[in-house]
Amino acid sequence: MSLRRLAPPDIQPASFAFNGENAEWAKAAIAKYPQGRQASAVISLLWRGQEQDGWVSHPMVESIARMLNMPFIRVLEVATFYTMFNLQPVGTYLVQVCTTTPCWLRGSDAVMDACKKHIHPHPHTVSVDGKFSWMEVECLGACVNAPMLQIGSDFYEDIDGPITEQMIADLRAGKALRPGPQNARKSSEPEGGATSLTDAALYDGSIIGKYKVVAPVPPQPANTDADAKKPTKAASDRESPKQKPPGAAT
Amino acid sequence: MAARKLIVDGKEVEAEENLTLLQACEQAGAEIPRFCYHERLSVAGNCRMCLVEWVGAPKPQASCALQVKDIFPNKDGTPAKINTTSPYARKAREGVMEFLLINHPLDCPICDQGGECDLQDQAMGYGRAAFHRFNENKRAVEDKYMGPLVATIMTRCIQCTRCVRFATEVAGVPDLGATGRGEDMEITTYLEKAFASELSGNVVDLCPVGALTSKPYAFNARPWELRKTESVDVMDAQGCNIRVDTRGPQVMRVLPRLNEEINEEWISDKTRHACDGLSRQRLDRPYIRVGGKLKPASWAEAFAAIAAKVKDTVPDRMAAIVGDLAAAEEIKALKDLMGALRVSNIDCRQDGAKIAANSSGQKIPRQTYLFNSTIAGVEAADAILLVGANPRWDAPVLNARIRKAWLASGVKIANIGPAVDLTYPAEQLGTDIAVLEQIASGSHDFAKILGDAKRPMIVLGAGALTRKDGAVILKLAAKIAGDTGMIGPAGPHAEGGWNGFNILHTAASRVAALDLGFLPGANGRDVAGIVDGAQKGEIDFIYLLGADELDVAHLGRAFIVYQGSHGDAGAHHADVVLPGAAYTEKDGLYANFEGRVQRARRATFPPGEAKEDWAILRALSEVLGVKLPYDDRATLIAALEKDVTHFATLNDSPVHSDTAATTWGGIGESGALEHAPVTAAITDFYLTNPVARASETMALCSREFVSGSTKMAAE
Repeated sequence: MSLRRLAPPDIQPASFAFNGENAEWAKAAIAKYPQGRQASAVISLLWRGQEQDGWVSHPMVESIARMLNMPFIRVLEVATFYTMFNLQPVGTYLVQVCTTTPCWLRGSDAVMDACKKHIHPHPHTVSVDGKFSWMEVECLGACVNAPMLQIGSDFYEDIDGPITEQMIADLRAGKALRPGPQNARKSSEPEGGATSLTDAALYDGSIIGKYKVVAPVPPQPANTDADAKKPTKAASDRESPKQKPPGAAT
Repeated sequence: MAARKLIVDGKEVEAEENLTLLQACEQAGAEIPRFCYHERLSVAGNCRMCLVEWVGAPKPQASCALQVKDIFPNKDGTPAKINTTSPYARKAREGVMEFLLINHPLDCPICDQGGECDLQDQAMGYGRAAFHRFNENKRAVEDKYMGPLVATIMTRCIQCTRCVRFATEVAGVPDLGATGRGEDMEITTYLEKAFASELSGNVVDLCPVGALTSKPYAFNARPWELRKTESVDVMDAQGCNIRVDTRGPQVMRVLPRLNEEINEEWISDKTRHACDGLSRQRLDRPYIRVGGKLKPASWAEAFAAIAAKVKDTVPDRMAAIVGDLAAAEEIKALKDLMGALRVSNIDCRQDGAKIAANSSGQKIPRQTYLFNSTIAGVEAADAILLVGANPRWDAPVLNARIRKAWLASGVKIANIGPAVDLTYPAEQLGTDIAVLEQIASGSHDFAKILGDAKRPMIVLGAGALTRKDGAVILKLAAKIAGDTGMIGPAGPHAEGGWNGFNILHTAASRVAALDLGFLPGANGRDVAGIVDGAQKGEIDFIYLLGADELDVAHLGRAFIVYQGSHGDAGAHHADVVLPGAAYTEKDGLYANFEGRVQRARRATFPPGEAKEDWAILRALSEVLGVKLPYDDRATLIAALEKDVTHFATLNDSPVHSDTAATTWGGIGESGALEHAPVTAAITDFYLTNPVARASETMALCSREFVSGSTKMAAE
């Protein structure tokens, strides 16, 4: 955490407006809330604004305040409270390096050094080519693959200094990266393959008795970002038990 | 409301369920320390200083945020035990204090709050003496700009958010906020703009530490050096209760005093900060104009000059006008003096408001020119029509009361006059006064709202009453009041009484002067008539008692005597200047716009040769050969009380009486309305009287908020 203020006036854009699609979306988001509670949409709107422009600017704060009929200071309070809102311009690729304890123990310092070397010595600062900026963030919840970093909305795990340097170089060269572990690991399985529960007898029924043997699943590529974002079946979609008539025996 | 039994510090008490535990403990006689909790603001519960022990609860409880109805009895049915002084509660508070002091600087010796600081006082009780274990650096915070009145030393801030809640809730100007979070939370105005409220000075009183202090008073005095005098404010007609703090001959600052019926505990920035005008531009000796220039003179010479002129002038060609800051004593003395000289050209309505007299010049009953609903009664109103009034500038503390009413009950408010931000939503009915006619005839939508309301109110401001058709507006207003049931039974509203007919005065002297009948006598001229007469050469002698708000430069060749405290417009054009006392320098009675009579007390003495105003008039009367029959203030007051009996009872809330049709039918005049738009009576809130105009602070405020880029009320 550090002091969070709006960016200096000389780098603020002159104005802000949601583009056509986002304006439609914002209208719908505001309409979700009952009359008089439109201010509830402030975080959604700021987030959408940030998705559109990359960062939360002074005109954006005021424009969203006007849309929601809020005093400017109330929107500023929200924008400065949450660290997920970038108050400074960001590069095309915003590199968020996790430096919380597990990642730090596993070498996030080297990752940061790579960012300092190849992006900018200071966080929250756009690189000379305008393509990158980096920042430290608190735990992103992927400790099992520490250290890791996030670019855009994808996690890149099991990295170290040289891998980070390579990733930055690849992005700079316009090459696409593969999200997920950057070493040979498969998701969060142990490096070099499984080390326990490897006895084939566990799976052929010889230990637990008769068991339907499932055909081995062919190896699959790691999930892509698009796959990860596919909606899964919601908990509420499950088949619910039939309601018993009142008085029925339990 | 149901009550619940509690055992507070071993004493069994019954507490209303809607109270907080803090209030219940206070009722039981316990003293609970607090920083963020304030009776008139919403509960924040973030300072944790009010922790108490609820025996059996796993943790200390923040008593300000715990309601009595949530405190359940013990399992065996005995009342819950609350300890406010137990070692457990004490240790909890000491822990909170230790946390607060981690980041609070130890700069009490250079802090303006020193000596009246909540943190300082409570650290004496809950600080851990000779004990500290914090060796890291203290937090430092950049100071913020909040305008010309509020100085900030933000490192001292303990984030109680009282100021933020005041700005948002009471002032209705949500300019303040807390940005960032945790250790980096900072109180600031939006992008460090000035806090654009007329009540901004109150955040200084609310701040429990020295983070927000008074900028004009910075490093001027320590509280223990000051002599405190309880008095009454004259900057507007509300009669806010104030405490005047003086050191030697100088008024150092003005603070509010608690009065639930008038100002609660707020005062406007003008009340608070115009006091530096009391030591500037003062008239400290008499002057006589010789060869076009004012030359210092003695009292005897000044009186002789006046006597010579009066001797040569017939009463018909003489006139007297009372200004906005005069106390009842001098108004009475001037009225008696003019009566003795048989002068009928007297008036106190400097702005030309068409009130208090009917078309034939007779004085009409008191309730036709009072704020009859009373200030506290505003909270009971359920529909308010403002006509030519901008309460935000006419009486800012009353405006806060209207806002309070709106917050509590959503009272419907409509405004005829310039569309201004009143800090609460008001239906803007435009500046065309013809709307009033539509409401009177019942054809306007708001007439129905007023008609359906149980306790409707109309507020007539100077913007309407000073118009040429002011009397017509008054008549229409009386008709609306009659038709919509504004004038109900007598008595306070709590007992079912109601009178919703209100005149909102802006001059502190006005109601007392009207009560005393300082109005044109038979065939007498009013203010407009006097000015007109002076221009035409029909008036030769004018006595101005602190009257500066008229067009003094255009009084023709009339001989002008100006008696007052400041070298303002009146003194600049006077032929004889008599130095009087300002409101902090004399004992005086003032009636506020409700008609409530209050006593202002002398805090300092008038400067130089200046004297109390009634005494000047008494002395002058002797030179003029019409000696007034009172030699001391007590005799004068006795005479005053004989004239106007209600001056005998101080601080009495006026009762709404007299529903007689004759009273209300007799006010105003029938006639056609003019088509000129309704304008605001006050064009610059910060510069409405001689004291404020002499004040450097008010000039700064005027530049910042009114004539500068930030237009607040006209936003």
